[in-house]
Amino acid sequence: MSTQDLIKERLECLGDNEFIINMGPQHPSTHGVLRLILRLDGEHIVEAYPDIGFLHRSIEKMCENRTYLQILPLTDRLDYLASMNNNWVWCMMVEEMLRLEVPPRAQYLRGIMTELNRIGSHLLSMGIFAMDLGAVTMMLYGFRERELIMDLFEMTCGQRLTYNYMRFGGVSQDIPPEFYQACKEFCKILPSRLDEYETILIENEIFLERLRGVGIIDAATCADYGVTGPNIRAAGVPHDLRVTRPYGPYKDLNIKPMFWDEYRSKGPGSGLITVMGHDGDTWERYYMRIIEMRESARMVERLLDGLPEGEIRGKAPKAVRPPEGECIARIEGPRGDYYMHCVSDGSLKPYRVKIRCPSFGNLAVLAHAILGWKIADVVAIFGSLDVILPEVDR
Amino acid sequence: MIARWISEVYYWSAGLWMSWKAPAWLLDAIWMVLAAGFVAIFISLMALYLIWMERKVSGHIQSRLGPMRVGWHGWRQLFADMIKLISKEDITPLAVDKWVFNIAPFLVLMPCIMSFMVIPFGDRLIISDIPIGVLYIVALSAFGVLAVMMAGWGSSNKWSLLGAMRSAASLFSYELPMILVIVSVVMLSGSMQVGRIVAAQYGLWNIFLLPLGFLILLFTSVAEINRTPFDLAEAEQELVAGYNVEYSGMKFGIFFFAEFVNNVIVACMITILFLGGSLPPFNINIPWFPSPIWMWGKVILLIFVFMWIKWTLPRFRIDQMLDVGWKVLLPLAFLNLFIAGGIALLI
Repeated sequence: MSTQDLIKERLECLGDNEFIINMGPQHPSTHGVLRLILRLDGEHIVEAYPDIGFLHRSIEKMCENRTYLQILPLTDRLDYLASMNNNWVWCMMVEEMLRLEVPPRAQYLRGIMTELNRIGSHLLSMGIFAMDLGAVTMMLYGFRERELIMDLFEMTCGQRLTYNYMRFGGVSQDIPPEFYQACKEFCKILPSRLDEYETILIENEIFLERLRGVGIIDAATCADYGVTGPNIRAAGVPHDLRVTRPYGPYKDLNIKPMFWDEYRSKGPGSGLITVMGHDGDTWERYYMRIIEMRESARMVERLLDGLPEGEIRGKAPKAVRPPEGECIARIEGPRGDYYMHCVSDGSLKPYRVKIRCPSFGNLAVLAHAILGWKIADVVAIFGSLDVILPEVDR
Repeated sequence: MIARWISEVYYWSAGLWMSWKAPAWLLDAIWMVLAAGFVAIFISLMALYLIWMERKVSGHIQSRLGPMRVGWHGWRQLFADMIKLISKEDITPLAVDKWVFNIAPFLVLMPCIMSFMVIPFGDRLIISDIPIGVLYIVALSAFGVLAVMMAGWGSSNKWSLLGAMRSAASLFSYELPMILVIVSVVMLSGSMQVGRIVAAQYGLWNIFLLPLGFLILLFTSVAEINRTPFDLAEAEQELVAGYNVEYSGMKFGIFFFAEFVNNVIVACMITILFLGGSLPPFNINIPWFPSPIWMWGKVILLIFVFMWIKWTLPRFRIDQMLDVGWKVLLPLAFLNLFIAGGIALLI
C-alpha cells in the first residue's frame, strides 16, 4: 500500500499521547533526502517507516542503454563519497567477463586510491556525525583533512569528487612524481590529527552518555537486514571482503581482524588490521571508523612502498563485447559490501545490471534500531550507520 | 566619575526647568525616555557586535576566517544581515493561532530589554537601582519561558511544539539551582540591590568565596540561554531550529536578537554576582579610567567563554540534561547555600 494509506491507517489507531511526525525529506541531519515517518509517544519512538525513492535516478535502467565504457562514469555517482570503489567494482566485473589481465602496478594504484577514498569518506562521516550531535566544529576539521586527500586526487586525475579514474584493465593515469611525497606526508599527519579528534570525541563525557549503549544492533539483526561494513564489524562479526575474499593488492597485504580494545592496548603490531567491536552500539560503530582510518593510512604507506614499476593499463578491447552469461563482482567499500551483478547477452550493451549498495541494508535496519529510543537518538543512530541516500535510491 | 557628570547635567537641567516654571513630572518623563533610548541603542549595538564576535570566534575555532569581505574583517556584515532580514517577506502559515504567533517574538524581547533597568553600566550607573534588583531579573527570565511556549504552540507545527516543550522543561528545571545560587550571594552581600552587591565585593570578589556557586551559575546560565551543550530546544540538526522554525523575516530577527541580548544579561548577572561588577581587579585605581570598561570587559570575556564552549562540545539529550539539572546541580546548589551561610556567619 502507498505511504499515504499507511499513514491514514496508523492515524486511526493512535493511542494517548501519540502522534505521527514527519522527519521530512528536507532535514538537516538525514544525509540526503530520506523521509522518516515516526510515530512518537512523547519523545519515544513507537514505530518508524522510512520512505525512500526521492533520489531515484534509474541508474540501473540507464545502464541497459549504454555501452560498458559509458556506464563507468555513471557508477561514480552512485556513492559519490566512495567513487573509486564503485569504479573498481564495475571494472572488476568487466575484467572477469572478458578475462583481462591487470598489471601489478595498476592493482597497487587502485588499492592506494581506494584506501585514500575510504579515509576521505570516513572523515566526512565522522565530521557530520559529530555535527549532528552538536559539535559543529568537528565537521570542519574533518573537511580540513579531506581537502588534503582531494588535493592528492586532483593531482592524479584532475577531479575532486567523481573521479572516473579506473579503466578496464587498469587505471587511466599514472601518479605524478609529486604524489609520492605528498601522500607520505599526509599519512604522517593523519594519525596525529586523529589523536586530537579522539581526545575531543572519544573520551568526552557528553559523547559517551549519548552514544554508549544506544541503538545496539547485534549480529543476528545485522544478518537479517543485510547490514555490512563497519556496522557489522562493530557487532563482532569479522566480515570484511578484503579479508575473506581478497582481491587486487589485498592479496599481498594480508589483513587480519582484531578487536578494538586489543588494538588500543597492544597496537596493531606489524600486520594490517581490520577492527571489530563487541556490542554493536553507536559508540563502537563510530570508533570503528576512526580506527579504520588509521589502518587505511598504514595500508596506503605499505602500498606506496611496494609500488611496482610497469604499465598502468593492460590490454583491453576497444569495443567491449562480453560473451553471454552472468557475472558478479564484489568489493569492500567504506560502507560495506558493494556487489554488481551483470547479465550480458553478447551485445555491446548489458542486458541487465543490478547494483547492490550497502546503504540499502544499513538503512533498512534503522527502522528496527530506533524503536524505543528518543528523537535525539534517531539522529545519533542514523549518523552512526553512515548511510548515503543516493546509493539507496540509485 | 561618569555618574558625577550625569548627575551634574541632571541638576543643571532641573534648574533650567524650574526657571521655566514647567511641570516637574515632565522633566522626569523626558529623562526616562532618554534613558530608555540609550538602553535601546546600547543593546542594539552590543547585540550586533556580539553576533559579529560570534561569527569570527566560531570561524577561527573551526580553522576558517569568518566574514571578511563586508568592511574590514566583516564588521559591516551585521548591518547587511539586518537589512536583509527586514526586507524579507513575512510569511505567516495559514493554520497558526494569529494572536499567539504574532505576539510571541515581542514577548521574548520584552523581558530582555526590561532587565537592563537594573544592570550597572559602570560604577553607580544604574538606571534604577531598585531594592529587589536581582529578584527582578530572575522574575523576568521566568517570563521568557512563557514566550517560548507561545512561539512553539502558535506555530502549529509539531517540530516547534517539541522544541517548545523541551525548552520549557529545561529552562524551568535549571532556574532552581540558579535561584539558589543567587540567594547564597544575597546572603553574603546582605541585600538584593545590585549596587550593594557590587559594593560588597570591594576587596574580595565573590568568586573566591564561593567558587562552587560560580560554576553552578555558569552552567545554569548556559542552560538558560539555550546554548550548546544545552541547546536542544533549538537544535538545528534535530528540530530544524525548534520553536522558531516557522518565523521568517524580522520576527525571526527578533528571536535571534533576543537570544543575544539574553547572552548579555546572563553574563552581566554572573559579573555582578561573582566577578565584582565594575570593580577593578585587586582594587587598582587608575585615575580617569572609566569604570564601564571593567564591567563590560568582564562581560565580553564571559561571553567569549560561552562561545568557546558552544563551538567545542556536543549537546545533551533532553533526559540527560534534566538529569544533570535535578540530580547534580540542585544538590550542589544546596551545598553551596550551606557554605555561603557558614561564610556569612563567620564574616
